[in-house]
Amino acid sequence: MLEIRNLHVSIGDRPILAGIDLDVKSGEVHAIMGPNGSGKSTLAQVLAGREGYAVTAGSVRYLEQDLLALAPEQRACAGIFLAFQYPLEIPGVANVQLLRSALNSVRRQRGESELDAMDFLDTVKSKLALLDMDESFLYRAVNEGFSGGEKKRNEILQMAVLEPRLAILDETDSGLDIDALKTVASGVNALKDPERAVILVTHYQRLLNYIVPDRVHVLANGRIVRSGDASLALELEDKGYGWLTPDTHEEARP
Amino acid sequence: MSQPEVSHPDARNAELRSRIADEYRWGFVTDIEQEVVPEGLSEAVIRLISKKKNEPDFMLEWRLQAYRHWLTLTAPTWSSVHYPAIDYQAIHYYAAPKSGAQPKDLSEVDPELLRTYEKLGIPLQEREALAGVAVDAVFDSVSVATTFKDKLESLGIIFCSFSEALREHPDLVRQYLGSVVPYTDNYFATLNSAVFTDGSFVYVPKGMRCPMELSTYFRINARNSGQFERTLIIADEGATVSYLEGCTAPMRDENQLHAAVVELVALKDARIKYSTVQNWYPGDAEGRGGIYNFVTKRGDCRGDRAHISWTQVETGSAITWKYPSCILRGDDSAGEFYSVALTNHRQQADTGTKMIHIGRNTRSTIVSKGISAGFGSNAYRGLVKVLPSAANARNYTQCDSLLMSDHCAAHTFPYIEVKNPSATVEHEATTSKIGDDQLFYLRSRGLSEEDAVNLIVNGFCREVFKELPMEFAVEAQKLLAVSLEGAIG
Ligand SMILES: Nc1ncnc2c1ncn2[C@@H]1O[C@H](COP(=O)(O)OP(=O)(O)OP(=O)(O)O)[C@@H](O)[C@H]1O
Ligand SMILES: [Mg+2]
Repeated sequence: MLEIRNLHVSIGDRPILAGIDLDVKSGEVHAIMGPNGSGKSTLAQVLAGREGYAVTAGSVRYLEQDLLALAPEQRACAGIFLAFQYPLEIPGVANVQLLRSALNSVRRQRGESELDAMDFLDTVKSKLALLDMDESFLYRAVNEGFSGGEKKRNEILQMAVLEPRLAILDETDSGLDIDALKTVASGVNALKDPERAVILVTHYQRLLNYIVPDRVHVLANGRIVRSGDASLALELEDKGYGWLTPDTHEEARP
Repeated sequence: MSQPEVSHPDARNAELRSRIADEYRWGFVTDIEQEVVPEGLSEAVIRLISKKKNEPDFMLEWRLQAYRHWLTLTAPTWSSVHYPAIDYQAIHYYAAPKSGAQPKDLSEVDPELLRTYEKLGIPLQEREALAGVAVDAVFDSVSVATTFKDKLESLGIIFCSFSEALREHPDLVRQYLGSVVPYTDNYFATLNSAVFTDGSFVYVPKGMRCPMELSTYFRINARNSGQFERTLIIADEGATVSYLEGCTAPMRDENQLHAAVVELVALKDARIKYSTVQNWYPGDAEGRGGIYNFVTKRGDCRGDRAHISWTQVETGSAITWKYPSCILRGDDSAGEFYSVALTNHRQQADTGTKMIHIGRNTRSTIVSKGISAGFGSNAYRGLVKVLPSAANARNYTQCDSLLMSDHCAAHTFPYIEVKNPSATVEHEATTSKIGDDQLFYLRSRGLSEEDAVNLIVNGFCREVFKELPMEFAVEAQKLLAVSLEGAIG
């Protein structure tokens, strides 16, 4: 489904990703872990089409297409969804308004008819129930005045409504209380399907107790320095990243 | 804007022709060749205008006084807008579309304007009318206008053109005209007082709640009265009225200068809500052409507990200079001002309000949303004045600016004068730039860049749009979208 080859990305003059290779197949769950500043969010944003991040080498193919040639909205319509590490606030725009515009753009693109107000509300309400979220969320302005955890849940709500083929969750588990973590996990698990895939960026093995990954990758200094199965996450929990990235630690010392 | 139901075209044509025949009788729409008053302004021209309109003597006297006063004035220079000096002797002051200026069919109309109509989904006939094409029967169905009028008349509500009001209700006009905006008020209001051609008149009698939104859209004679329009709305004690000015499609208009005056009078316990969507031709991307819109709008809460609310969405005109104001004279009276002003390309807007607190416990609310795109320049200028008599006056002002490009500008000039220590005046202001991050966030949800911009802008304007009548709000959103096309950068 997703093939990343030798991906190099710079922000300004600064190289951030230095040759990423990653294959994600339909039906798989991949976890990406790694120290702060290693480039995890950069990778996630590049996949979603963030402008201003220069791809200096390499390629990304998604469902037989050149992903990097697509605009962000085209990627969304092709089934890519990024749950942001830091969701944005859109003052004055009700959540329900964004959800509806988003769903209808995606449906149009897929050649499906737009949902009318009633059908749309039914869809959204079933997703709210799934995520144990209150209906009042729909009528609040997008992320405005939301607590950290509410913002993360709101991302999952959007994901649940848009039903993406490839969901990328950038630290959606950070800042969630334990109950919220479980609901988010059930939201992701509800989406699991042989036709879909999930990439989880996380710092904590905890999430992986609820969403079991097929592969775990460690990103450090803009490269994947180690890949393994779910047990790698446990090992990291135990040992930290130092043993994988001796160089940075040397450099980081004064 | 809702399409009025139209009757069969032939029937309508016949009705319209008879209506036009009426107007011939009144000397309204006469043979262009003969009726053009030579350009330029003089007492003779004013006498001629007044005579052609069969006006009562007091009206002519008032016009002449205004004219004499105007001669002593010089054009104001204090606002932040820039424009070349206007040659007042080069303007035609009486009616008559300039011969030759009127397009014969849509092929003679600016294609940019036509594209806009298409985007707004305006029916063909209506497009022709808006574009000023010399069509025989226009869309503004006379039958709709008359049914409407009959219904209102049965309730004692007067809603007619200013000229008609002068003929049919001269005493009411005489009593209230200039009582809110005197002819000495300011340069452009004085000019308007001398030469105004037509406009709207509304009187809602005591205790009457006007059962429908009154709109110039239904008034057939609105065309070509635009340049120096005069509107007078009176809500008698306990009366309520909501008035919509203009329609939401851009008007082609060959008049460069617009200097309208609107006076609102709310007596005891009366409520007036005045909504405007203004989208005259803003000029092209380089700033050529476009309307200069210099308007004086003022409401007088003359009785206790009177309430006046202005809501405006300004997207058109090359230059806008406009401060709908409220004089809060009655105790416990309230004034509101909700505004969205958008400037794109080379447009300039200097707009805001004045709230003059005179009565006790008077309240005012100001919510101003300025959107600047391209090389546009947008200024909010507001005055909150609390006189010594206005014990416990309260004002809340919120001024937000949204910048869409690196070349546009937003300015805020709040003036506050408080002469009573028990007053509470609050002012909040924000300026934000539409963020790449926000746009990316929305696009990553599948919205096109255009839709993303529109969603953010609509969110920004929400507090104002919710004050508009429902249909108008939807139209206003569409209009903003069209005005903002390609505005990001
Ligand atoms: N817009 C930017 N301008 C300059 N540097 C940036 C920008 N965005 C990211 N970086 C840098 O790129 C590097 C990678 O950042 P990124 O956000 O991808 O890290 P991360 O692995 O997601 O970290 P965390 O675990 O803290 O979320 C960091 O050093 C960061 O400072
Ligand atoms: Mg990150």
